[in-house]
Amino acid sequence: MNALSQSLQRIGAIIFKELRQLIRDRPTFGMVVMVPLIQLLLFGFAINTNVRDLPVGLVDLSHTQTARALVSDLGATQVVRFTQTYQTPALAEEAIRRGHVHAVLVIPEDFGQRLQDQRAIAQWLIDGSDTMVGNALLALQQMPFASGFEAQPSSRKNTFEVALFFNPERRSAINIVPGLVAIVLTMTMVMFTSAALVRERERGNLELLITTPVRSSEIMIGKIVPYVFVGLIQMTIILGLGHVIFAVPINGRLDQLVLGVFAFISASLTLGLLVSTIAKTQLQAMQLTVFLLIPSILLSGFMFPYEGMPEAAQWIAEALPATHFIRMVRAIVLRGATLEDLQPDLWWLIGFTVIGVIAAASRFKKRLD
Amino acid sequence: MTDPAMRDTANQWAIETRGMSRRFGDFVAVDQLDLCIPYKTIYGFLGPNGCGKSTSMRLITGLLTPSAGDIRVLGMEIPAQAELLRRRLGYMTQKFSLYDDLTVQENLRFMAQIYNLDSRSVKQLIDSQLSRYQLNERKTRLAGSLSGGQRQRLALAAATLHQPELLILDEPTSAVDPENRRDFWEKLFDLCDGGTTILVSTHYMDEAERCHGLAIMESGVKRADGAPAQLMRELGARVVEIDGENLRLLKQQLGELPEVVSTAQQGTHLRVLIKESIEDPERWLREVHPQLVHDRQIHAVRPSLEDVFVHCTGSHASSGGARQ
Repeated sequence: MNALSQSLQRIGAIIFKELRQLIRDRPTFGMVVMVPLIQLLLFGFAINTNVRDLPVGLVDLSHTQTARALVSDLGATQVVRFTQTYQTPALAEEAIRRGHVHAVLVIPEDFGQRLQDQRAIAQWLIDGSDTMVGNALLALQQMPFASGFEAQPSSRKNTFEVALFFNPERRSAINIVPGLVAIVLTMTMVMFTSAALVRERERGNLELLITTPVRSSEIMIGKIVPYVFVGLIQMTIILGLGHVIFAVPINGRLDQLVLGVFAFISASLTLGLLVSTIAKTQLQAMQLTVFLLIPSILLSGFMFPYEGMPEAAQWIAEALPATHFIRMVRAIVLRGATLEDLQPDLWWLIGFTVIGVIAAASRFKKRLD
Repeated sequence: MTDPAMRDTANQWAIETRGMSRRFGDFVAVDQLDLCIPYKTIYGFLGPNGCGKSTSMRLITGLLTPSAGDIRVLGMEIPAQAELLRRRLGYMTQKFSLYDDLTVQENLRFMAQIYNLDSRSVKQLIDSQLSRYQLNERKTRLAGSLSGGQRQRLALAAATLHQPELLILDEPTSAVDPENRRDFWEKLFDLCDGGTTILVSTHYMDEAERCHGLAIMESGVKRADGAPAQLMRELGARVVEIDGENLRLLKQQLGELPEVVSTAQQGTHLRVLIKESIEDPERWLREVHPQLVHDRQIHAVRPSLEDVFVHCTGSHASSGGARQ
């Protein structure tokens, strides 16, 4: 046997050993198949900048047949879907601030006159914090509309006037920076807690701890509390620097923000605990974290508008704490909303934490059997 | 569910088990184990890897639930009162299980807090442990950078910090050189002298021989128990050493005789266990098998613990091991 074939034999031995180990490591082998599959589906569903069926509201002060025709024309574009009606523009603005609708169409009392005068016939009040949503609505600005009674063909420039709230310059950073808090916290909170607990087990520390008077709930609390502070530090860095460098406004109250972040950190840490009861090694904990992180980035509304996704993807998104928190943090930071306005999302995070901690504690027993 | 006889003897034994068994699926790790371990003694589990030593220890500490049987430790029902036992128990795992990335001192302080030791006396307590286990000069070193012997002393210092009445050591010396092992046993005798009951598992004969009492285990079953001297005395076989050339061939030939329990080569001689029914093994060999032993020297020798171990484990066990 010459030197080359000896070398090939040794390489071959390592290749086969590697393959054998890969196949025996079930979670890793699963990732080989699952990663491309899930990624394909997630990206395919999520990357959709064509926003459709945005929930919007209506304030109709004219109460005319023509106004109703306008509303139905807008509905026919499939860009918007009128879900709410409000009595006054003030109520409508409040609804936008609370996040109930992305925009409101205000049809003024002199609607008929404006139609005759070739002026803009109505006004859109738009939540501009998500630039993709804002752009979709801005595209409606020049939608042609005629009642059929005009003397000459329409020559007006814009059918609608537009008021862009919260982000009049349409800068992406305004929307991305608060959302980034959710992504960074998901990544670090889930990974830190799961790896921290798994490391304890991997190194044999847990075998000693369970023979001492310490309770499993005490181990869990002790392991996650330090990361609450880590999370608050990270939020401060992101929003603080976002404010200084990218001029992201902090319109909401700080106490509301900290409470909201606290709820999200708790939910993320719980997720980390759940991961730690499944993963056997730190590598597996890392893989599972990535597995959760990708939908949190793609489906949560961080990069692509929630409204653009098909219903199935929206259901997955609803299950992720990040989706709820992104709604909350944007509402508080950009629109000055309070937690009272965001109760459904807040309660969801609290419920997730409670159920998750119970599930994790019951999986993590102080006995070895 | 408790055996009434057991309640009467509650305070007689530090550890008492009746019919303690543990199955993992179809596999029986510990089978009907009866143990009576007196207070203030060092009791050893001797057996090969996978014989059920660790499982037995975990059952006794309440880390595992028994499939059957009763367990009483320091007068407490286990596993029902396992949480109560934890304060009075020190446990040293087979693998070093303190924190590599904490210093010696930090590890001890951590354990002191876990056991809720009085914070005023903790500093003094840690200092006395550090000097007792010769870790004073290493107290600011990370545990991960210690040598095998130092780590093991640290583990023992941590396990005895809260002055437990019962100390359980799972193969404590498997990663330690002989000198450190001797040293370690000196510490165990000090502890025992101070009133601690110690349960230790090992697969070293010399260690097993140091124990006050011993259980020889194999495949989850106790093959023999008693004091090492008693076990050797009541071996149930006679031991001879045969010198000469061609010992490999002789070993094979002797092994085929039904009267020979086992043979093992030790350097230049062959150690042969012969059934007790042969009154004088040397005469029997010379008279019945002269072709095997002519021009060879034969000495009758005192049985060792290894002889006991060999005699009551492996394929010979069924032909009659040492009795309790």
